[in-house]
Amino acid sequence: MVNLLQPFIDMLVDVAPIVLVLFGFQVLILRQKIPNLKKVIIGFILVWIGLTLFIIGLEKALFPIGKIMADQLTAVSFIGESGSWENYYWVYIFAFSIGFSTTIAEPSLLAVAIKANQVSGGSIKIWPLRIVVAIGVAVGISLGSFRIVTGMPIHYFIITGYVVVLIQTYFTPKDIIALAYDSGGVTTSTVTVPLVAALGLGLASTIEGRNPMIDGFGLIAFASLFPIMSVLAYAQITNFLNRRKNNAL
Amino acid sequence: MKKKFVAFSNNLLNSAKDLAPIVLVIAFFQLVILQQSIPNFFDIVLGTGFVLLGLTLFIYGLNLGLFPIGEALAFSFVKKGSLVWLLIFAFALGFGTTVAEPALIAVANEAANVAQLGGLINTEADLYTYAQTLRYTVAISVGFSVLLGVLRIIKGWSLTHLIIGGYILVIIATIFAPNNIIGIAYDSGGVTTSTITVPLVTALGVGLASSIRGRNPMTDGFGMIAIASLLPIVAVMIFGMLW
Repeated sequence: MVNLLQPFIDMLVDVAPIVLVLFGFQVLILRQKIPNLKKVIIGFILVWIGLTLFIIGLEKALFPIGKIMADQLTAVSFIGESGSWENYYWVYIFAFSIGFSTTIAEPSLLAVAIKANQVSGGSIKIWPLRIVVAIGVAVGISLGSFRIVTGMPIHYFIITGYVVVLIQTYFTPKDIIALAYDSGGVTTSTVTVPLVAALGLGLASTIEGRNPMIDGFGLIAFASLFPIMSVLAYAQITNFLNRRKNNAL
Repeated sequence: MKKKFVAFSNNLLNSAKDLAPIVLVIAFFQLVILQQSIPNFFDIVLGTGFVLLGLTLFIYGLNLGLFPIGEALAFSFVKKGSLVWLLIFAFALGFGTTVAEPALIAVANEAANVAQLGGLINTEADLYTYAQTLRYTVAISVGFSVLLGVLRIIKGWSLTHLIIGGYILVIIATIFAPNNIIGIAYDSGGVTTSTITVPLVTALGVGLASSIRGRNPMTDGFGMIAIASLLPIVAVMIFGMLW
C-alpha cells in the first residue's frame, strides 16, 4: 500500500512550486481572490493525479519500449555480423519515422503554428509550418542516432548546427526569427521526450564500444536544433519565391 | 455534468492522438520489419493506458485551474507596471512550471540511473539527490531565462544578439565540462519547455509585447522559449563540473 501511495506523495512535491507561485502572487502580491476557487482546486488535484499516473506509465511503457526497440533494431540477428554504421539503416529510418509522426501530431506545435499564422497575418501557413518542423525533428533524431552508432562527439554536431543557424539568421526575414528559434524548444513533447531518450540510451548500451553516459543522451538536443534550421530555411525559400514572383510581375 | 464529460472525452481523444503516431510506428516496425515478440507485452499495454489516462487528467486539470490563473496573472503583472514585481513573477513562473514538467522529471531520473551505472553515484540517497539537483538547476535557469526574456521585450534588445551570446556561453561551457554531462546538458534545453511551460511563458511574452507600445508580438512575443532552451544547457554543464 505504501508503495502504491509513494509516487503520489513524491509528485505532490513537484506540483507544489507552481501552486505556490500562482496562489502566492494572486493572493499576497496582487491581493485578489482566486476566481472559481473550487474549479481551480479540482484542477490542481487532477494535475497531481494525472502527473503521477503519467510518470508510472512512463516507467512501465515508454522507457521499456524505447529500449526494446533499440535492442531489437541493433541485434546481431537483425543487422548481421558487421557492425559498420551503414548496416544500422533501420535504426535511422525508425528514428526518422518516430520524429516525423510525433511532431506532426504535437499539440503545442499546432498551438504555436496557429498563433504564428495569426500574428503573421496569414503569410505563415499552418500546415507547411508543421510539416517543415516535423521534417526538422525527423532529420535531427536520425542524425542523432547516427552519431550514437558512430560514437562521434556530440558537440561537433551541435556547434556546427549553431554556426549554420547563425548564418541562416543573417539571411532570414526578421519577423520569423523568434518563431524559428522557439520552434526548436516547442517540438519535443512530453510523450516524445521519454521515448526518444530511452531509444538513445538503449542504442548506446547495446552497440559495442558505446558508453550510455557519454553517447546515450543528445537525441533531444538534435530534435530541438534541427527544426530551427528547417523553419529558417522555409522562411528563406518562401521569401525568395515571393520576391521572384513580384519581380516577374 | 454532460458538458464536463464531453470536455473530458475530447481531452482523452487528444491524448490518444498524441500517442497514436508512436503506437503506429512501433506496431509497424514490430509486425513488418522486426517480426519479433515484445517481452512484457501486458505491462507495456497497461503502462500505455496509464500514460493515456495520466496525460488526459493532467491536461484537463491544467486547463481547469492552472492556465486560466496563470494567464490572468501574466496580464495583471503586465498591467500593474511595476518592473521589479514583473521580473520576480517572470522568474517564479519559469521556475515553478519547469519543476512540474513531466518530461524533465523523466529525463532527470534516467540521467541519475545512468550516472549510477557509470559509477558517479553510489547510494540510493545520492541517486535521488542527483535527479533533484539536476531538475532544480534546470528550473532555476529557466526562471532566469524567462526573466531575461521579459527584460528583452521591455528594453527592446535584439533576440539574435542574446542567442549568439547564449551559443558562445554554451561553447565555452562545453570546453570545460566533463564529457559525461555534455549529452544530458544539451538535452535538457529541449526537455524543459513543454506541456506546462510553453503555454504560460508564451502568454506572458505575447501579452507583454502587445501591451508595450512599439513592440510587435510577432518579433518580440516569441523568443522566450528560445532563451529558455539555451540557459539550461549552460547551467547543467556547470552542475556537471561541480558534482
